[in-house]
Amino acid sequence: MSKTLRSNIITIGLVFIAYVGAQILIATGNISSLMKGLLVPLCVYAILAVSLNLTVGILGELSLGHAGFMCIGAFSSAFFSKCMKMFVPGMPGGLRFLLAILIGAALAGLFGILIGIPVLRLKGDYLAIVTLAFGEIIKNIINILYLGIDENGLHFSMKSSLDLQMADSDKIIINGAMGITGTPNDSNFTIGVILLVLTLLIVLNLIHSRDGRAIMSIRDNTIAAESVGIPVTKYKLMAFSISAALAGVAGVLYAHNLSTLTALPKNFGYNMSIMILVFVVLGGMGNIRGSMIAAVILTLLPELLRGVVSDYRMLIYAIILIAMMLFNWAPKCVEWRKKFTASIKARFAKKSAAKEVE
Amino acid sequence: MKRFKKIVSVAMASVMVLAMAGCGNNKGGSDVFKIGGIGPTTGGAAIYGINVMNGVQLAVDEINAAGGVNGYKLEVNFQDDEHDAEKSVNAYNTVKDWGAQMIIGCVTSTPCIAVSEETYKDNMMMLTPSGSAVKCTQYDNAFQVCFSDPNQGAASAQYIGENNLAQKIAVIYDSSDVYSSGIYESFVKGAESQSFEIVAAEAFTADNKTDFSVQLQKAKDAGADLVFLPIYYQESALILTQANSMGYAPKWFSCDGMDGILGVENFDTSLAEGVMLLTPFAADSKDEASQKFTNAYRTAYNDTPNQFAADGYDAVYILVEAIKQSGATPSMSVSEIGDALKGAMPQITVDGVTGAGMTWLATGEVNKAPMAVVIKNGEYSAM
Repeated sequence: MSKTLRSNIITIGLVFIAYVGAQILIATGNISSLMKGLLVPLCVYAILAVSLNLTVGILGELSLGHAGFMCIGAFSSAFFSKCMKMFVPGMPGGLRFLLAILIGAALAGLFGILIGIPVLRLKGDYLAIVTLAFGEIIKNIINILYLGIDENGLHFSMKSSLDLQMADSDKIIINGAMGITGTPNDSNFTIGVILLVLTLLIVLNLIHSRDGRAIMSIRDNTIAAESVGIPVTKYKLMAFSISAALAGVAGVLYAHNLSTLTALPKNFGYNMSIMILVFVVLGGMGNIRGSMIAAVILTLLPELLRGVVSDYRMLIYAIILIAMMLFNWAPKCVEWRKKFTASIKARFAKKSAAKEVE
Repeated sequence: MKRFKKIVSVAMASVMVLAMAGCGNNKGGSDVFKIGGIGPTTGGAAIYGINVMNGVQLAVDEINAAGGVNGYKLEVNFQDDEHDAEKSVNAYNTVKDWGAQMIIGCVTSTPCIAVSEETYKDNMMMLTPSGSAVKCTQYDNAFQVCFSDPNQGAASAQYIGENNLAQKIAVIYDSSDVYSSGIYESFVKGAESQSFEIVAAEAFTADNKTDFSVQLQKAKDAGADLVFLPIYYQESALILTQANSMGYAPKWFSCDGMDGILGVENFDTSLAEGVMLLTPFAADSKDEASQKFTNAYRTAYNDTPNQFAADGYDAVYILVEAIKQSGATPSMSVSEIGDALKGAMPQITVDGVTGAGMTWLATGEVNKAPMAVVIKNGEYSAM
């Protein structure tokens, strides 16, 4: 068994174990409502972290607009699902959700390409700034978007819902700042895990493929990569758009988990983009498994702190975040951890040696 | 290093499993009513959530001190939702695990709609103190304490028209805010049947709410003699100051969001002279119930209550009234209490600080008279 295969199996195995564990707890009724409600968001954030790791860790470009792609996936799919629910009520929920996922992924991917073409000519900080702006633009456009469908066809406005001049105001689908309400709740934990595993498979396979090696060579040394004939723009665009499409999938899952969808700074603004970046940085850039675990822990933490220290939970969350960052990445800490594990190893080795003597 | 990683991942996996299993279900004690509260106590909307939380706590303390309701004490657990739909569902699940039998929440509209979906599944009684969107009460288990947005906008249009306050009206509203744009739309609809004309409708968004000179200039150029401000008091204070510095002095009319303007720091309250607002509650009103509440709130929290605090305070008394009416007991299941309370809601009449003789429709909407107040000599006085 090769090293990469083993590592991949461990990564996907972890997801599988978590899934089975959660299912057992649900079946035996030992799970709290809070945890049950958190299962789908956990999948959403894990997918986001893994997909952003493709841009940040593998391609080596800093993107601060990941929530923008998630937003596109969420709104396009919620729009589709609500239309289907209203006009094709007989459509089975599974098929509707499948189509919604495809639409969300495709549109987010398309925007990834559109944004990527001009933006990927930039490097480093400039790219970060442009992607940040992109995320904000998407959020603001959605906040002034009014869309409705009635018997006269599609109504569209960017001013107010009155300008739609709809016969029946109940049929407004996207209502500006009020967003979309009444999206069918098609997401569930099983679908979330399937999507997470698919995301992992796509990203891990990409990394270990010929294309993936080309992408990583761009990260490590663009000039060298160019000199051996690697089409830099093509591979950059590839990684960026795949990452965007996967973020779109996370958005679809997010949108179909709640009945209201609004583009607030909290859920689709730069706060969210930076949150995802924190998952990636904490888990380790380029470390897919790490970013997944970081996403799970950092999503669970503030919710679990509710039970312990309700008033100070955000403060404690921040402190734990700093502590974890230091523990993982501070040079002294890394050194200490190495020494510590070495001493444990040595002790184990002594014991087994001693046993052999006996 | 490798082994270390393994140890860490095993440790984390076990922590997760423990965390999942750890929160067992404690299905309430049988001698207290457990009320779950949901609202933003951190983040940009924290002022609303904290006010509701304090208002609720104040009412619960008062009721418990007076011996509870039908001999049962009340207990409240208020959870933060950060004004986010996803977090609000988490908050709801948290109070559900705690054993909540009814919900006072959410404070803001968007989370409220998301949570109403969940409470409907559990058939849990839900009373939102200040979620004013119509969709907040789309299910039969959800009721409102405050006016719905359309209600406020239409009432404002009617009031201005009937009292012949102005002929040309400008509106400045926050298009990124559900509350503000909701009132704006219903105001425009309500204005169709009135004699006045809307000459300018200028929007701003949450991202740029510090400079209103463009909007004010447009209103001035259009010759508006009254400006309608369906927004919160922080922005209103800026608008009044900026209008004053550009020498524009129309009449001002606003809704309940304006309540609190006299307490804004560094704001010259003389600018607010003559501002009219439709509000269910004014902290400085001479009304006896309001005064009692305001004084109690000031003593307890050293702060002047706004309408959110009043809504939260009333919400508890409304639930108490519904419990008395239905004869619900804490030993009943969540769904049974939900059925009992939602049956009782249309039958009760409550005199609260946000309105006398409040009644409810089975759809969840509240029926109370909006009160028009005008700011005179630095105080709210009834018109």
